[in-house]
Amino acid sequence: MPANRHNGYTDYGIGLGLRVPHYRHILAERPTCAWFEIISENFMVDGGRPLEVLDAILEQYQVVQHGVSLYLGSADKIDRAHLRRLKTLVKRTKTPWLSDHLCWGSVDGTYTHDLLPMPYTREAAIRTAEKIRSVRDFLEVPICVENVSSYMEFHASEMTEWEFLTEVVERADCGILLDVNNIYVSSRNHGFDPRRYIDSIPHHRVGQMHIAGHTKFEKYIVDTHDHPVLDPVWELYTRATRLCGVTATLLEWDDKIPSFDEVHAEALKANRYIEAARAAQKDSN
Amino acid sequence: MHAAITRPLARGDRAQRRWFDGTSSDRALARLVKPSRTLRPVERVEIYNRMYWFRLLDSLAQDFPALRAHLGEQRFWDLAERYLAAHPSRSFTLRNLGRRLPRFLRAHPELVHPDGPAAVDLARFEWAQVVAFDGLERPPLEPTALAAADPATVRIGLQPYVTLLAVRHPVDDFVIRLKQEERLRSAASNATQETLEPQRNHEPLAPCPVLDLAVHRVANQLYYKRLAPEAALLLRRLRAGHSLADACSVAFRASRIDPELQSQLVRDWFSTWTRLGWLCAA
Repeated sequence: MPANRHNGYTDYGIGLGLRVPHYRHILAERPTCAWFEIISENFMVDGGRPLEVLDAILEQYQVVQHGVSLYLGSADKIDRAHLRRLKTLVKRTKTPWLSDHLCWGSVDGTYTHDLLPMPYTREAAIRTAEKIRSVRDFLEVPICVENVSSYMEFHASEMTEWEFLTEVVERADCGILLDVNNIYVSSRNHGFDPRRYIDSIPHHRVGQMHIAGHTKFEKYIVDTHDHPVLDPVWELYTRATRLCGVTATLLEWDDKIPSFDEVHAEALKANRYIEAARAAQKDSN
Repeated sequence: MHAAITRPLARGDRAQRRWFDGTSSDRALARLVKPSRTLRPVERVEIYNRMYWFRLLDSLAQDFPALRAHLGEQRFWDLAERYLAAHPSRSFTLRNLGRRLPRFLRAHPELVHPDGPAAVDLARFEWAQVVAFDGLERPPLEPTALAAADPATVRIGLQPYVTLLAVRHPVDDFVIRLKQEERLRSAASNATQETLEPQRNHEPLAPCPVLDLAVHRVANQLYYKRLAPEAALLLRRLRAGHSLADACSVAFRASRIDPELQSQLVRDWFSTWTRLGWLCAA
């Protein structure tokens, strides 16, 4: 199950997000790391240091592209010039799959640079799925869409978030980048059972998973990516792995970033939970 | 919803209590957004409203640290808010957020009075560094290509990542001094870099005669280089598409440099510029 058509039939294991504070260490020490996830937009530039670093990384490591600006849920039409730029990068990295978020974030060409939750309506699902198909056809690479963490819900929603995600990926025939931390964050903010979310999605479509840390405030929790992964998220990760199989997993750590070794060690903790998931699966068989 | 999220924050970094039509934001947003167990609709939208502003303001501050240091904290944030309200992001990347800041400053000197001209120079200088960091590089010209060319007809381009600036404040010295101060503060403290915020404890940026600068990169590291006025003029003419002979002739038209030295100077300049990789096909 982990190597599937949504991740280009790869079996990448546990990776890390490529972040600026680690560049020097990675380039000098060439540490072991199964793969790096890059933020596409950081490398959709014309030249200079970013592309130099990327090329050096590509010589040694497997790289997967993760985007933050396709805004698949925005009503705006897809910008062809943007897609051409993205495709140039896809050719450079040879990413086996590409991910972006199930969200909106731009209106009439003005960008919020945020990953905003959508109203979960059938109309939005149809429009978003069409957009995903169009992007995939243009880029000629499998697409996985990621569930976002959210802090608000709309009255206009006609279904739950997991029903909406399912509706979109089935209509688009695309993959899911399942962010278990985001599910946990949203479940706490909106009061749903995160296990139900994980149990309900089409598991065969999960091409990648994200894990991360979050921060609890008095009245809500925020997806801050500045902590180690917390226990409830590991529990959800174990559950998701049991249901989806061992899937390419990426630890996101984007703020207050500690040393490379510390981040890598945190990511590799996933192996414990993978084993736990395997054991649980064996028991149930 | 987009308008609610991108609306300027009210005092205390709170969402505005009044909706666009003057009614209560709480009531207006309650029609769109569900409450949670702990938050009213307006408070849920406020999370995004704050994130929007904090993200964009931080991004601008990262790209213009010298301007921020020059203006001081409060004036910089006030300026940044006014700028972003007038020029929200129209690009998929935050890299382009500050592109219009120099022009905005020129159009609104009252926002940074009495530091307007210095602020414009600093903003131009810092935007040029963004361009130099990741701007396009064309295949550089080989010195042999230049030697074989006919000056009367040959046209030479300048790398897109090189910005030529004529400023009236020594912005390069200012930035160097600022970096030295920051290094000193870092060395004197165990505080992490994140807690080091620019402070306005430096000498004011006094005007100076026109200073020609090239902001560029070498081996993907940023540099700025002062240019002789004749050299700057020559490069500008080349960038504008004039022939080498024409560019040289215009460069020295009002020059006091001894005509006998001029050809040697031009040779030296071209030798330096080709070594730095600044020249490319027009």
